[in-house]
Amino acid sequence: MSRLVLGVVTGVILVLPLLAPAYHVLLMLPFMAYAVIVLGLNLLFGYTGLVSFGHALFIGIGAYTGAVLTTHLGVRSLELMLLASAALGALIAAPVAALCVRYVKIYFGMLTLAFGMVFYTFLLKFYRLTGGDEGMQVLRPTLLGQDLGGIPKTDYLVGPYYYYSLAVLVLAGLVMWRIVHSPFGLCLRTIRDNPTKAEALGISIVRYRWSAFVISAVYAAVGGALLGPPTGNVDPTLAYWTHSGNIVFMTLLGGFANFFGPVLGAFVFIFLQDTVMAVVPYWRLIFGAILALVVIFAPTGLMGLVARRRPAEVARA
Amino acid sequence: MTANLVNILLGGIFHAAILFLVAAGLQVVFGVQRIFNLACGSFYALGAYVGVTAVRAFTGAGGSPALFIVPLVFGGLLVGLVGVVVERGLLSFVYDSDEAFQLLLTFALVLMLEDVIRLTWGTAPYSTAGLYLVYGQVTLLGAQVPVYNLIVIGASLGIAVGIGWLLTRTAFGRIIRATADNREMAEALGVDMRWVYAKVFTLGTALGTLGGALVIPTTAAMSEMGIELIVEAFAVVVIGGLGSMRGAFVGALVVGVFRAVAIAVYPALEMLLIYLIVIAVLVLRPRGLFGGAAV
Repeated sequence: MSRLVLGVVTGVILVLPLLAPAYHVLLMLPFMAYAVIVLGLNLLFGYTGLVSFGHALFIGIGAYTGAVLTTHLGVRSLELMLLASAALGALIAAPVAALCVRYVKIYFGMLTLAFGMVFYTFLLKFYRLTGGDEGMQVLRPTLLGQDLGGIPKTDYLVGPYYYYSLAVLVLAGLVMWRIVHSPFGLCLRTIRDNPTKAEALGISIVRYRWSAFVISAVYAAVGGALLGPPTGNVDPTLAYWTHSGNIVFMTLLGGFANFFGPVLGAFVFIFLQDTVMAVVPYWRLIFGAILALVVIFAPTGLMGLVARRRPAEVARA
Repeated sequence: MTANLVNILLGGIFHAAILFLVAAGLQVVFGVQRIFNLACGSFYALGAYVGVTAVRAFTGAGGSPALFIVPLVFGGLLVGLVGVVVERGLLSFVYDSDEAFQLLLTFALVLMLEDVIRLTWGTAPYSTAGLYLVYGQVTLLGAQVPVYNLIVIGASLGIAVGIGWLLTRTAFGRIIRATADNREMAEALGVDMRWVYAKVFTLGTALGTLGGALVIPTTAAMSEMGIELIVEAFAVVVIGGLGSMRGAFVGALVVGVFRAVAIAVYPALEMLLIYLIVIAVLVLRPRGLFGGAAV
């Protein structure tokens, strides 16, 4: 059943650019970028039980890596942008994670927030390097070596770039599926549910948490790199702490206990935000209320609500 | 030279005085309820807007400019009552939930309050103009210092002493400390937790709103001021140690003064320096300078 749903959803996404108006197809681009980000974040949040309030740091790293590569270094290949973002994300996450994973709960959250703000302030204040609050331009990248500079921007985005993002998302999803269903993923869940027992079983808690952190940072950086080209611009708010909060919000909204929950959350967040903002500019008020309701009444998110209505299926899965 | 130094230091201490109020609110709530209230910055912004509105209404109704501090403080404290509503209406549902959910609920508050402010007061900066200069300026070691700033510093010191007295010398303070130490035992001894939580959260909120009201005569209220201040208040409590009042005091001084010096010497460093201090403290001494709670 869930495979059927997944197949139908994938099919719809595949043919969407042919059927839906360009406006909605364009909205799918940030969705797919955020989907990659929250897939990674949930490895840390849902599977390891650590709430980061600083993952916007890595989104910023990915986005600015793309900007620097295309505008300053003359590298236009999206493959190289994604690889460089992933590498840089991992490189910066390695020491950050080593310091953060020694703590849990609120101290972990605070430390990640502090690191995120360090990077944000760096982006904001080192004007010559980063463009300050105006941010940087991201030039149109080439895809698989194809220079697509000749076609109109919208055609580029709803066509090749759309399918490229989708391919990245599917690949990221498959890899994450393997990760969480591997012995490694099982260890992470053990650590989340009972760290003392995990340690007694010989699992090195700190090392596993560190790995989960670094993987999630790589996902955030790759997703961040995908966010740049559609708007053609990146700015420091990408690394601001409220942005970190928003991606945790997406994860919770969809349901952190389900593999696909965060992806659903990102989808609902992006499209609902767009719908609300078309009517009133006060999306934060409405989203804040939604978040409060989710936290109080449906902590397992939208996926949790669906699963509760069909208990038989949960038992089978 | 000395004039410059005095200016920088007093500017830093003024900022520290405000930060202390907000951070004290954060500390008392965390100490008793174990909730890290991300919305304390939003309460600060709310206090600022209500403060300006109250002062404008007061002077508009013909009140003497020299008395503007009365409606300012009154408005700032009164809006603190929003804390009761938030505590009873939202937080009371999640006391048994995981910390992550409590944190996210306060993040929901941050989102909502930011738009409530935009909806009520618009997006343009909102200020009382130069009203705070009615008290004039004094010359301290060659530096011109507005008297209002000294009043705020004095008031903040007074509140610090007042909180110390409340926590250590009154029955309510004993109950608060007992709850912070051992909630179950306090409850078993007949303390009604609902009341304690409601009062403590309101106290924390009122400290934040008062801080916002007091700062506003010297600057302009903006809808983003809350989410910007929270990261500073956060730095204060981390440096000082979560839950500790003395920590909030020392942390506020460290952040306020370092920030002022950084802005004067090398502006690009401003908050970067503060966060680096925060990280250093968290890594070397995760409980902060005065924190007692276990990690």
